[in-house]
Amino acid sequence: MNNSSMNITVERSTRVSRVSTIVFCVAIVVLAGAPWWCPRGQLSMLVEFLYYLALAELWNLLAGYAGVMSLGSQGFIGLGGYSLFFFALLRGWHPLIALVLAGVVGLLVALPAVALILRLHGAYLAIASWVVAEVGRLAFTEVEALGRGSGKSLEVSIVRKLEFPFLTRDGTLYLLALVIAILTIALSYRLLCSKYGLALTSVRDNETSARSSGVNSFGLKFGVFVVTGAAMALVGALIYLTKLRISPASAFDINWTSNIIFIVIIGGIGTLEGPIVGTIVFFVLRQYLSDLGSWYLIILGALAVAIMLKMPRGLWGAFSSRFDVRLFPTRRCLVFLTSDHANAGSTNTRESALAAGSGEQS
Amino acid sequence: MLNNILDAVVQGILLGGLYGLYAAGLSLVFGIMRLVNLAHGDFIILAAFLILAFQRFLSIGSPFAMLLVVVPVMFILGYVLQRFILNPVLGRDILRPILVTFGLSVIIQNGLLQSFTADSRKLHGGIIELSSFTVPGGVIIGYFPITMLAVCLLTIGGLQWMLFHTRMGIAFRATSDDPSAAGLMGVNTRHLFSIATGVVMATVAIASVFTGIRASFAPTSGSDCLLYAFEAIIIGGLGSLWGTLIGGMILAVSQSLGSRVSPAWQMQAGHLIFLIVLLTRPQGLFPRRLDN
Repeated sequence: MNNSSMNITVERSTRVSRVSTIVFCVAIVVLAGAPWWCPRGQLSMLVEFLYYLALAELWNLLAGYAGVMSLGSQGFIGLGGYSLFFFALLRGWHPLIALVLAGVVGLLVALPAVALILRLHGAYLAIASWVVAEVGRLAFTEVEALGRGSGKSLEVSIVRKLEFPFLTRDGTLYLLALVIAILTIALSYRLLCSKYGLALTSVRDNETSARSSGVNSFGLKFGVFVVTGAAMALVGALIYLTKLRISPASAFDINWTSNIIFIVIIGGIGTLEGPIVGTIVFFVLRQYLSDLGSWYLIILGALAVAIMLKMPRGLWGAFSSRFDVRLFPTRRCLVFLTSDHANAGSTNTRESALAAGSGEQS
Repeated sequence: MLNNILDAVVQGILLGGLYGLYAAGLSLVFGIMRLVNLAHGDFIILAAFLILAFQRFLSIGSPFAMLLVVVPVMFILGYVLQRFILNPVLGRDILRPILVTFGLSVIIQNGLLQSFTADSRKLHGGIIELSSFTVPGGVIIGYFPITMLAVCLLTIGGLQWMLFHTRMGIAFRATSDDPSAAGLMGVNTRHLFSIATGVVMATVAIASVFTGIRASFAPTSGSDCLLYAFEAIIIGGLGSLWGTLIGGMILAVSQSLGSRVSPAWQMQAGHLIFLIVLLTRPQGLFPRRLDN
């Protein structure tokens, strides 16, 4: 494509996205101060909000962009949680080091596990990932040092190491969760803007034609699965650093995955904004419906099924296509700078070849 | 020792028929419409709870008699489910049917929790559960497991016969090969898919009565049924009902052998056999592709 002769530039940001960038920066500064202005109870709910947001963004990257439907997220969460307990409780290392090591363990386990799971496709892949997570759960029920099936508690002396001058334990955990959530979103955005992001969405939209254009679809899926798996293990370690008690049944619970999936579906799969919207909806619904017990999950499930039937792009997808608003623009637009054509002066025209595979599904 | 192993193998084979029947339904729906119903196991448990509820409502003791009611109910449920919820999401996008059936699974599990509490239940099969006979070699075989195997074999055989010897079966296979060409030949695919899911749900009802008598079940037991069905399919190889049956037997035998080691090893042994097959022979042991 020869840009110079026609004076065309490729532009990605929109006015809304430039405004929202400023809003996000302000929000991050305000949120970073939360340990000093937020009451303790609300702070722990914010931690929960942030780790669900991170998990939802990771799963969305895997399912919504790489097209890999995994039902095995709880496997990585549980593995991360147990790794934390192993390093911090049994080895007595600093919890922050244990947290990082949990991510490393997640990475090392993800390599062979993902290679095996990716031998299957579609729904069978989904169930296979669930089986692998079950293998993890059953394996940890056999580990004597970590309390077998009944689990283990983290001693308070260990989490005391997270207290700093001017910063409580809860404050440290909160800041960790905030950093992880922001990094997840920022790195996902960077990835999607890169050439790998383009390749990913093209694989999701049509794997055969993507491969015929020279995209290494297996390599991409493998890479995204392994990285998101390792990141989920890190988040899992953080979760159990806040919960202080772990057991195989709770750490490897499929409900982790179903909550994540509901968040992503309701918010909008295949967009970066969707999981943010979904997590907000999830917490608002929980606030009002948690007294209803099982009915809460029935309503959440029914809402997710209804959205899949009537609004496959979720709340954000419907909103953004209705008003053409994107907070994290991953789509490339062509901008005509001179009036070579009668009607082309300064109009934004989609660069059809790239736009089709670069942002939201059309 | 040897006797113990022989006994475990025999009990596993007897149970394998049931896993084969779980798997046959899942595999049949996949073969015809490329849909994997993640709520398949939950429908098995739902049917078992329906039997329990109808038993109370009609005050009839035998769970087997309840099949006269529950089989038609499940057929209709399957038809309606396919027609109004699953048909609209079939298509090129593979995520939608997976996510919708996963949502259904959560809805069914929590619906059962709400209606029947989290307690474990069991169906009572009566005298057949208690009587057994001894075969040469000292292995004891119960009348209930052997009946279970016979009924499961008959049901799978019936499905096989339907696929290859009835007009409906021809339409099923034609749609499996090429839905649009089958449509041009006058097959109403939406109706046909709904019938197929109805038939599968009828077999689910049959499987549920044995599931409920064999062991106790709770609202969340459906997940395990789904995993067993799936493992049987992958071990046996996609696309052949008899391969699936053998897959179910291999799975059940390994679980049965594992349970002699320790209770936790019962499920783990099955999962490990599945992973070994996936690692060494991802196409399964007896593959035959219905598609292409």
